[in-house]
Amino acid sequence: MAPFFIYTGVGLGVPIVYIFRNAFLTFQGKFTFSNMDLLIHGIYLKGFLDSLLLSTITSIIPGILGVFLAYAIVTSNSAVLKRMVATASAVLANFGGINLTFIFIAAFGETTGIITVWLNHIHLNPWSHGFDLYNFYGVAFVYLYFQLPLMVLVITPALGGLRQSWREAAQNMGASNWRYWRHVGIPVLMPSILGGVLLLFGSSFAAYATAQTLTEGTVTLAPIQIGDTVAGNAIAGEANVGFAIALGMLVVLTITMIFYGLARRKASKWLR
Amino acid sequence: MVTVGEGYFFDGPAVRDEELPVRRRRRKKFRTWRLVVLIVAAAYFLAPLYAGLKFALQNDSGHFSFWAFTSLPSEQGFSDAFFLSMRLALFTALAELILMVPTAIFVHIRLPKLRPVMDFVTILPIVVPPIVLIVGVLGSAPLWLKSSPYLLSIFYVVLAMPFVYRSLDAGLSAIDLRTLVEASRSLGGSWIRTLWSVIMPNLRAALLSATALTLALVFGEYTMANLDGWTTMPVWIAQFQQSDAHITLAAAMALLIGTWLLLSLIVALDRSQSRRRRRKAGTS
Repeated sequence: MAPFFIYTGVGLGVPIVYIFRNAFLTFQGKFTFSNMDLLIHGIYLKGFLDSLLLSTITSIIPGILGVFLAYAIVTSNSAVLKRMVATASAVLANFGGINLTFIFIAAFGETTGIITVWLNHIHLNPWSHGFDLYNFYGVAFVYLYFQLPLMVLVITPALGGLRQSWREAAQNMGASNWRYWRHVGIPVLMPSILGGVLLLFGSSFAAYATAQTLTEGTVTLAPIQIGDTVAGNAIAGEANVGFAIALGMLVVLTITMIFYGLARRKASKWLR
Repeated sequence: MVTVGEGYFFDGPAVRDEELPVRRRRRKKFRTWRLVVLIVAAAYFLAPLYAGLKFALQNDSGHFSFWAFTSLPSEQGFSDAFFLSMRLALFTALAELILMVPTAIFVHIRLPKLRPVMDFVTILPIVVPPIVLIVGVLGSAPLWLKSSPYLLSIFYVVLAMPFVYRSLDAGLSAIDLRTLVEASRSLGGSWIRTLWSVIMPNLRAALLSATALTLALVFGEYTMANLDGWTTMPVWIAQFQQSDAHITLAAAMALLIGTWLLLSLIVALDRSQSRRRRRKAGTS
């Protein structure tokens, strides 16, 4: 037991304590609130808020789409389809990062992207309709690729837990399809859906590699700003702001995961 | 006449031949709806993969060729990056198993009360993303460690921990550990012997799946390696991007197919394990 707790304590505890401490120190090692001050003003505030916005968009949209997709799969009779989707979801949910960037550039790049060229043939070139792969919304579009499978993965067991007898009971009492969903289906699923969305939120909020390689660091997001300070691109006197951003991210992720745990507990009531 | 078919999940059980026409129409509408959803999803997920593969299988003049794949190993820096990733992956996997296997077994046999604590501690790394971890690591690690790439491995062990522990925990829950250990011990087997020739063979699926997960994680990890200044496979791909798009795509696709195979292996193992768990639950 001891080796495990020592390893985790050192491997996880030391870096975190170091982040906490340095978030309140100047580069010269004096106590200060100036890092925190930088975090809640100007460009770093924008980065943090943009990160929150990106995570909100890329958790709610794939969260909702994921429920529909998972429902389409759960209700299908084909065991082969179900198994294929289960494998594909597990794989694709872990797909974030650099590979994703390059296959998306190959598909949707401005001039040579294969899908862009196809769409151009039918006069629907997305780039001439305001689409840009290399900005905030482009990043969101790419995140969908690993967020959607993640949602399918977490919501499928919950959909499987919807019992046929509940629907029959509702129908016997004269409930329409809509009323069944409104009063039975959705309330039962809600904790699972919320839990899934929270997990997706955390996964987006923590992501760095995809956004960094796709936009070459031009999009203002908290993780990318941290990366910049590590790479030594911070303005003089702001060297320690990276620790403040990291601390802020830790706080957001901790809160997200606490609520995720609560949602999971609530959801497990119906899942047996 | 009972048809247990399409409508079973959706529209109530035992849909009869004399069912209401309204119902049948709704069922049909639902089937169309499902088909549309599945086709759109398949298109969205397959299109980038298709584009990546097509790009990787082209030469500079746009003709079909395996050129990008065959010239990949001789590209400058590729083999260095590949072997660095390989060394880190093997080292991480080994360290991970040495740390986590005895811990998980010990908790299962001796301290089952500690299992909730373990569940909590091993989930913590999920809250600490690589980008946050690396800031703290680069600041606090001693210089002699910072000059070695294995610094990364130390923290990859932490990053992989949630997945590895869960996999081992599931594997251990699926076997009757206590009986196995007592049998081995009463026959005079030492602890080491029990671990090695009784428990480990029974954990094969969980061990393999934990290893595959760790390898996939290390081979795909870009954030920490890049900021620590080591050219691992993903970092090399990102750096090479400017030189030749086809080769970059070939490397990315190769990495991706490798990861795909590793992770499919995990899903397959997982399935065999849950079958085993169900069997155990059924007999006891």
